[in-house]
Amino acid sequence: MKRANLSRQRLAALGLLGIPLLTYPLFGLAVGQWGSWPAGYVYLFGIWAGLIGVAAWVAERKGR
Amino acid sequence: MLLSGWFIALLAGSYLGLLFAVARYGDARADAGKSIITANVYALSLAVYCTSWTFYGSVGRATSGGLSFLTIYLGPTLMLLFSGVILKMIRISKAHRITSIADFIASRYGKSHLLAGLVTIIAVIGVVPYIALQLKAVAASLDVLFADGSGPLLPWWLDSTLLIAVVLAMFTIWFGTRHLDATERHEGMVAAVAFESVVKLLAFLAVGVFVTYGLYGGLAGLFERAATSPELARLMQPDSAKAGTWGALILLSGLAIVFLPRQFQIIVVENVDESHVKRAVWLFPLYLVLINIFVLPVALGGLMHFAGQDFNPDTFVLTLPLAHDAHLLALFVFIGGLSAATGMVIVETIALSTMVCNDLVMPWLLRSPWLRGEQSRDLSGLLLGIRRAAIVLILLLGYVYFRAAGEAYALVGIGLISFAAVAQFAPAMFCGMYWKQGTRAGAVAGLLGGFTVWLYTLLLPSFARSQWIGNGFVEQGLFGLGWLKAQALFGLGGMDEISHCLLWSLFANIGLYVAVSLNSRPGAMEASQAEQFVDIFRHGGREPDARLWRGSASQEQLVGLLERFLGPARAQQQLIAYAVGRHTSDWRQLPADADFVHFAEAELAGAIGSASARVMVASVVQEENLGLDEVLDILDEATQVRAYSRELESKQRALEAATSELRAANERLRELDRMKDDFISTVTHELRTPLTSIRALSEMLHDDPRLALDDRTRFLGIIVNEAERLTRLINQILDMARLESGRAEWTTGRVDLGQVAREAIESVGQLFRDKAVCLSSDIPPSGPVVMADPDRLMQVLINLLSNAVKFVPGGSGQVMVRVGVAGDAVRVEVSDNGPGLTAEECKLVFEKFRQGGNTLTDKPQGTGLGLPISRQIVEYFGGNLWVESHPGAGANFIFTVPLPAPEE
Repeated sequence: MKRANLSRQRLAALGLLGIPLLTYPLFGLAVGQWGSWPAGYVYLFGIWAGLIGVAAWVAERKGR
Repeated sequence: MLLSGWFIALLAGSYLGLLFAVARYGDARADAGKSIITANVYALSLAVYCTSWTFYGSVGRATSGGLSFLTIYLGPTLMLLFSGVILKMIRISKAHRITSIADFIASRYGKSHLLAGLVTIIAVIGVVPYIALQLKAVAASLDVLFADGSGPLLPWWLDSTLLIAVVLAMFTIWFGTRHLDATERHEGMVAAVAFESVVKLLAFLAVGVFVTYGLYGGLAGLFERAATSPELARLMQPDSAKAGTWGALILLSGLAIVFLPRQFQIIVVENVDESHVKRAVWLFPLYLVLINIFVLPVALGGLMHFAGQDFNPDTFVLTLPLAHDAHLLALFVFIGGLSAATGMVIVETIALSTMVCNDLVMPWLLRSPWLRGEQSRDLSGLLLGIRRAAIVLILLLGYVYFRAAGEAYALVGIGLISFAAVAQFAPAMFCGMYWKQGTRAGAVAGLLGGFTVWLYTLLLPSFARSQWIGNGFVEQGLFGLGWLKAQALFGLGGMDEISHCLLWSLFANIGLYVAVSLNSRPGAMEASQAEQFVDIFRHGGREPDARLWRGSASQEQLVGLLERFLGPARAQQQLIAYAVGRHTSDWRQLPADADFVHFAEAELAGAIGSASARVMVASVVQEENLGLDEVLDILDEATQVRAYSRELESKQRALEAATSELRAANERLRELDRMKDDFISTVTHELRTPLTSIRALSEMLHDDPRLALDDRTRFLGIIVNEAERLTRLINQILDMARLESGRAEWTTGRVDLGQVAREAIESVGQLFRDKAVCLSSDIPPSGPVVMADPDRLMQVLINLLSNAVKFVPGGSGQVMVRVGVAGDAVRVEVSDNGPGLTAEECKLVFEKFRQGGNTLTDKPQGTGLGLPISRQIVEYFGGNLWVESHPGAGANFIFTVPLPAPEE
C-alpha cells in the first residue's frame, strides 16, 4: 500500500502549527511597540512570512 | 486631460483588450500543445482571490478593524498547507471529469440532479453580493476620478453602475463563451487572470510605496506618527475582545479559498499538473503578503491626511494620490482596481454560468419532451445561449443586490456575506471526500439547513438594513418571537453578524448532514460513487466501474450522443484516443460494453455535467438497475480481492524465502556429505599406514625364526610404537567424534590456568629433555582462574607443547609458554623458534588430518587431529585458538579462555 507523501505531511503539520500561532490568544501577546514598530503588525507579518518560507523550503526540496 | 471621461474609457478599453489578447495567446499556445500554464502561472492565477475587496476594501476595513483585514488572507495560507486535501479534490475531479463545485457534490452523492441544482442555486444567490461588491468598487473608483476631473461623463439618466455591469457582461461573454469548450480547460483565461494578478499587485505596491515613502518618509516614520494618536494606535494592536471574530474569519476565508466557485474553477478544474500545487502552496501566500503589506500604512496615512474631512476609506488608494496631484499613479491604481474586478467577474461568472447551464437548466431541458423530440439537433448553440443568458442574469442580479443592499455596507461587509454562503459547501465536500457513509439525503438536508440559516441571519438582514424590507425580524424577531431575532438566534447576542451566522449555519448544516446521513440508506449509485471518491488514491482509476454497470448499449447511439454534445470533430478525436488506449486503431471494432458506456458518460460529463450525462446515457442504453446490496457486494468483492492479492503476495514472498533457505540447507548437506566421504577415506588411509608396517614386521618375525636378536628387538620396538600410534589415532578419532556430536563429557569447575600450564610443562618435560630443547615459561605464581574443565585444557596445552617440540630443531630449539590476562579473557601463548608456517598453512593446520611440514617426503609425526580437537575444546569454553606465524620466524600458538563474569 502506498504511504502518504512525506512532504505533504510536513506541510500539513506546518498548517496545524500556523493555526495557534496566527490566532488568539497567542496573537494577543503582541501588544505595544517593538522598537518603533507596532508589535501586532510585526508579529503577524513575521510569523506569516516565516510559515511561507518554511513551506517553500519543504515544497521545493528535491527528492523527499 | 488625464482624467477626462473619454481618456479613462479609452484606457479601460485598451486594458480589457490587452487581457483579451493575453487570453487569445494562451489559447493559441494550448491548441498548439505548448501550454504556457506553468507552476508559477498557476500560483498567480489563484490570486483571482484578490478582488476589489482586497484592492479597495482592505484599506477601508483596516481603518475600522485594524489588523483584522488580514484574517481574510491568513485563512487561505493555512488552508493551502493542507495540500493533500486539495490534491485529492484535483485527483477526483480529473478521474470523474468534474467541471464545477456543483458537479463535484452532485457526482459524489450519486450524480444527483437535486443536489446539483441546489448547490448551483446556493452558489448563485451566495455569490451575487460578491459580484455587487465588484460593481460597487468600480463605480466608486470612477466617481472618485470624475469628482476630481472634468465633471460627469454620463447623462443624468444613465446609472454608472448599471453601465459597468453591462460592459462587464459583454466582455465576459466575448471572453469566456467564444466557443463551447467546457470539456477543455480555459488556459487562455488562466493566463489572463495570472496577468491581471501581476497588474493589480504592481498597482497596489505602487500606491503603497507612494503613500508610505513619498508622503510619510517610510514605514517606521508613518507608524511613529500614527502612534501619537490613541485612535490610530488602537488599529495597530491586537484586540483580544475580537478573538472569536478573528478565528471565525480565518475559518471562513480558509473555506472560501476552495469553495468559491471561481476558486474551485482555478484551483481544481483548471489545474493542468498536480505538481503545480506544490508551488502554489507558498507562492500564492507570498503574493498575499506582498499585496497586504501596505494596507495598514495606506489606511493610517489616509486617516491622518483626511482627518476631520468627509471621506470614504474604501477609496483611499485613489483619493490619496489624487490629493497630491499624482494623476498618473491614480490612473494606474484605477487600472489595478479594474483588473481585480474584471478578473473576479470573468472567472466567477464563467464558473457560475457553467453550473447554471449544466446543473440547473440542462437536466430540466433534457427531460423535457421538446428536446427529446429533436434527437438529431446540434445542441452547442443552445448551450452557448444558455451560458450567455446566465452571465447576463448573474451580473444583473449583482446590480439588483447593489441597488437593494449595497449602499448600507462597506465592501468587505458585502464580500463576507458571500463567504458565509459558500462555506455551506464545506461539510458536504469534506465529509464526502473522507466519509463513505455520508448520503445524498444528508447532503441535501445539511445544505438546505445551512443555507436557510444563512439566508435568515445574513442575507435578509442585509436587505433590512437598507430599508428594502421591514426589519422587524431583526429587531423583534420573526412573529415577534424574541428567540428568533435574526442576528441573535436563541438569544445568542454579543457576536458580530458574520460569526453569528457562521456558528448557527454550520451547526445546522453539519448537524443535519451527519444526523440524516446516519439515518438514511444510500442508493446503489451513491454507494459506488462514495467508494470511488473516498478511496480515489487506492483505486487510482475506475476499476470498479465496469463491474457496476450491466445492460446493453448501441455504439451508434452513444457515438451520436457524443457528436451531439461535443461536436463531431471533438467526438472523433476522443473516440480515437479511447481506441488507442485499447490497442486498436479503429474504435468501430470495439464492443459497446461497460467500459465504452463509461467512456461515453465521462466525456459527456465533461461537457454537460455528471448528472446530465447520466440522464443522457440512460436515455439511449438499456440498463439493468443494480440494487444497493448488489453494489455493496461488488465493492466488497473488490476490497476482498485487493486484500487477497496482498495476502497472496506476502505468501509468495515467504515461499521464495523458504525455497532459498532450503536450497542453502541442501547445499550445506551435500558439502557435509562430501566432507564425510573425505573423512572416511582419510581415516582408513591413516589407519592402514601403521597397520601395514605392523603386519610386515610381524610376518618377517613369523617367517624367519633365525632373525638376529637385535633385529627382533628393533622390529618389536617398531611394532609397539606403531600400535601405540594406532591406538592414539583411534582414541583421537573417537574424541573428535564425541566433540562434534556434542556427546563429550565435560566437568566444568574453577580452574587455575597457571597451575594447569605448570603441570603440562612438567608432564612433557621429558620430551624436551630428550631432544635437548629449552622450555621456558612466564606464568604468574597463582591464577588466573577460569571456568573450564582442567583435564581438557591440559590436553590442549600438552598438544600444543608436543607439536612445538616436534618442529623445533634439536639442541638449539626454544619453546616459551606465557600465561596472562588480556581484556576479559586469559591468554595463553606457546611460541617456538621452529620453521614457521605460511599464511595458508596457518589456516590449514586446524583442519582434520592436515599436518605441518611436508607430509609427502617426511614420515608423519602426528595424527593430524590434535589441533582440530584443541580448537573444539577452546571454543567450547567460549575462547579462540589461532596461530601467528611467518615462514622462518617460528610459530606462536595462542588460545584465550574468557574470564568468568564478575560476581555482583
